[in-house]
Amino acid sequence: MAMLEINDIHTYYGNIHALKGISLTVEEGEIVTLIGANGAGKTTTLRTISGLLTPREGSISYLGNDITGVPAHDLVYQRMAMVPEGRGVFAKLTVQENLEMGAYSRNDKEGIARDFERVFELFPRLKERRKQVAGTLSGGEQQMLATGRAMMTSPRLLMLDEPSMGLAPVLVDAVFDAIVEINKEGTTILLVEQNALMALSIANRGYVLQTGQIVLHDDAAALKQNEMVQKAYLGMD
Amino acid sequence: MFNTLQEKFPLIQKFALLGGIVAIYLTAVGVVITFSLRNLIGTFVSLGHVFLVLGAVGAGVLIAQQFKDEDDASTYVAGFLTGAMSSVSLILFNIVVQLFVVQASEEGVFHLREMFVNFSPDSLAFLTFGQGFLFGNVLLFFLFGLMGLLGVSFIRLPEKIRRGWINGLIWVFSVGLFSENVSQVIRELFKYSGTSFNKILFTQKALNPVAAIVLFALTFAFGYMGIKTATSQKWAAMPVEKQKTGRIVITVMAVIFVAALPWLVGLFLSQALFIIGMYVMMGLGLNIVVGYAGLLDLGYVAFFAFGAYTMGILTTTGVLGRSDLNFWTALPFAMLVGVLWGVLLGFPVLRMRGDYLAIVTLGFGEIIRILALSNWLAPLGGGAQGVLHIPQPEFFGLSMNSPQAMYYLVVLGAVLAAFVTIRLRDSRLGRQWMAMREDEDVAEAMGINLVQTKLLAFSIGAAFSALAGSIFAARLGNIFPHSFNILISINALALIIVGGLGSIPGVVVGAIILIGLPEMLREFAEYRLLMYGILLIIMMIVKPDGFMPEARRRQEIKDEKDFLTEQAAKSEG
Ligand SMILES: Nc1ncnc2c1ncn2[C@@H]1O[C@H](COP(=O)(O)OP(=O)(O)OP(=O)(O)O)[C@@H](O)[C@H]1O
Ligand SMILES: [Mg+2]
Repeated sequence: MAMLEINDIHTYYGNIHALKGISLTVEEGEIVTLIGANGAGKTTTLRTISGLLTPREGSISYLGNDITGVPAHDLVYQRMAMVPEGRGVFAKLTVQENLEMGAYSRNDKEGIARDFERVFELFPRLKERRKQVAGTLSGGEQQMLATGRAMMTSPRLLMLDEPSMGLAPVLVDAVFDAIVEINKEGTTILLVEQNALMALSIANRGYVLQTGQIVLHDDAAALKQNEMVQKAYLGMD
Repeated sequence: MFNTLQEKFPLIQKFALLGGIVAIYLTAVGVVITFSLRNLIGTFVSLGHVFLVLGAVGAGVLIAQQFKDEDDASTYVAGFLTGAMSSVSLILFNIVVQLFVVQASEEGVFHLREMFVNFSPDSLAFLTFGQGFLFGNVLLFFLFGLMGLLGVSFIRLPEKIRRGWINGLIWVFSVGLFSENVSQVIRELFKYSGTSFNKILFTQKALNPVAAIVLFALTFAFGYMGIKTATSQKWAAMPVEKQKTGRIVITVMAVIFVAALPWLVGLFLSQALFIIGMYVMMGLGLNIVVGYAGLLDLGYVAFFAFGAYTMGILTTTGVLGRSDLNFWTALPFAMLVGVLWGVLLGFPVLRMRGDYLAIVTLGFGEIIRILALSNWLAPLGGGAQGVLHIPQPEFFGLSMNSPQAMYYLVVLGAVLAAFVTIRLRDSRLGRQWMAMREDEDVAEAMGINLVQTKLLAFSIGAAFSALAGSIFAARLGNIFPHSFNILISINALALIIVGGLGSIPGVVVGAIILIGLPEMLREFAEYRLLMYGILLIIMMIVKPDGFMPEARRRQEIKDEKDFLTEQAAKSEG
């Protein structure tokens, strides 16, 4: 049984039909990527899964439970985490306090301490800047912090919304390396990306989203060779 | 020097114009004349004079900042020029008044004063210092020049002298302004000693000139020697145990001071202290809603009204009475009603943010007031007649019917509110509020239940406000719907912003400035809102974080600076 199974969901913003029947699955231990043009509905899909939006039709199951309509703050306790688009760090809190907020839902002191170490190993820059107010971090550092904070919830499934947005190539590499590392340590990843080439090179499988519908789905390697994907998302002719 | 001055002459002109505009504005709206009734030193320096020269002094400060890299001499000359030139607008004013008011008064060719009430012979006499038209204007010109110099001196004097200078001026100004209150305190302190310091210190509700000079010399010396920095350095150097005992001593002294305050300042100011205390309570509550949880609530007065009405209806001995509870037994109910309405009004606005929330809560506040006024609810709350005959609380059989007794009650309430606020701020709930204020979606993604977190903020804030409302009702003895207008919400909001959003000492400071000062300057009530507005605008420009920013925000400003210098170093290296 898949870890996450989405069945034909329809999500609306008022009258706007943003998701028109999306189905996808994520197996435990995988990296799955969701690619698509601007406005295709990638963010909407993640927000629906994580409980910030409720689908009008369709169902979502996670770890064998039906979680359709379960609010986001409850899903954290089922160890699902999301790094939102645009990072959303708590600008007025320090790096350390941001990470502490990440552990809000937990009370196993030792586990939290262990995860602190782990985050600082993954992102040594955060360790250096522990006392700095998050709002003054650079864009890349904020992305690391947002990812680290999600890690502090100790998730089994981690969803990331465009982690490479606005980052210099060096930092994009650093962030993607960290994602691969996180995955190796046993966390399943659902990755939304504009940077399709990067995403497909680390993912096992990929889905292509177009105006609220899934138009293609295959192994990452195969998608990379796909003519349509190459044309539309990899910028090749 | 001449070259520098010539080069920077446009700046001098600009600031002189600015200073002139301030001066003529304050004169034309009547601030200068009205406040000239309040003497500061003897009968020749009044608060009106201070307002008169405010523009010139300010212009001097501004020009001195532009002359940072120039030598002293040219800066002072520039200051004098700027100040003197800013008097031109007033000289023109004098000419206009002379021509069109004084000389035309009999025939009434041109009735300027029908439009501009302050274009009066009185103003003219004040602006020319009663020295006749020609000489008076020359005097005005030179005085403004000197005031420009004064402005420059605030920036230019050597550090130690500057500190003493500013310190002295502030002290003389404050003691002069509050002569009446200071003399009241001195009278109480030396009640039994027989000597009458007041006769020496004050003449006609103002500082005696000689006393002013002595006071200035003393405070100048303190500032010059840097007593304040020296003390804080000594404090920092003290061993930890000693600091601990020191802190206890300070706390005890503070408690004694707060307890003695109403007896020192007399009846009238005790009433003012009571109102300040009430606003501190409300400010603390609103601070939770706005400062911690980030929910902009403009209808906060509604909960104040709920508290007052519940207290009134439950305890009144008049026709509306519904129970024979007394103040103490009714208090929990009043607060409970506040909490319940906090939740009830919280529900519909759960999904709203920022400006929408502000508008809707604003509406709520008004609805509650209009409902209280309506005939429909008159059987319950008395409609426009309000609730009368609300008894004062009793304390072990003694009726707390003096302002002083009620002051203690309000201080007790405020201390309780502050205690609860501190505990909440440092708790898990405090962190939930902070996270929610920063980013609702992320907070939710961290596992924070927004509905619960918001409703708790609303209801705890409402409880504080209801507490203040019940004490208010018991103090006044009768309450009317029109007491619960939007101005109360605005006051509470303004005071927490002026004090520093999220800061507890800030609430107290804000309440003293925005509520206490106007009470002490009651005779100028017509200008209250003008001053209020000016203060808020200046605050937002110079000290956007408030007078006493929350510790966290101070840290943040510092970090930002560190960060910037670090970045700068990096980019240079
Ligand atoms: N709050 C909203 N209200 C109304 N429409 C919305 C809202 N948020 C998104 N939409 C619409 O829903 C559609 C999908 O948006 P979504 O943000 O999911 O796209 P995306 O694939 O994440 O795009 P991008 O790559 O630019 O982030 C778009 O047409 C968008 O305009
Ligand atoms: Mg998006």
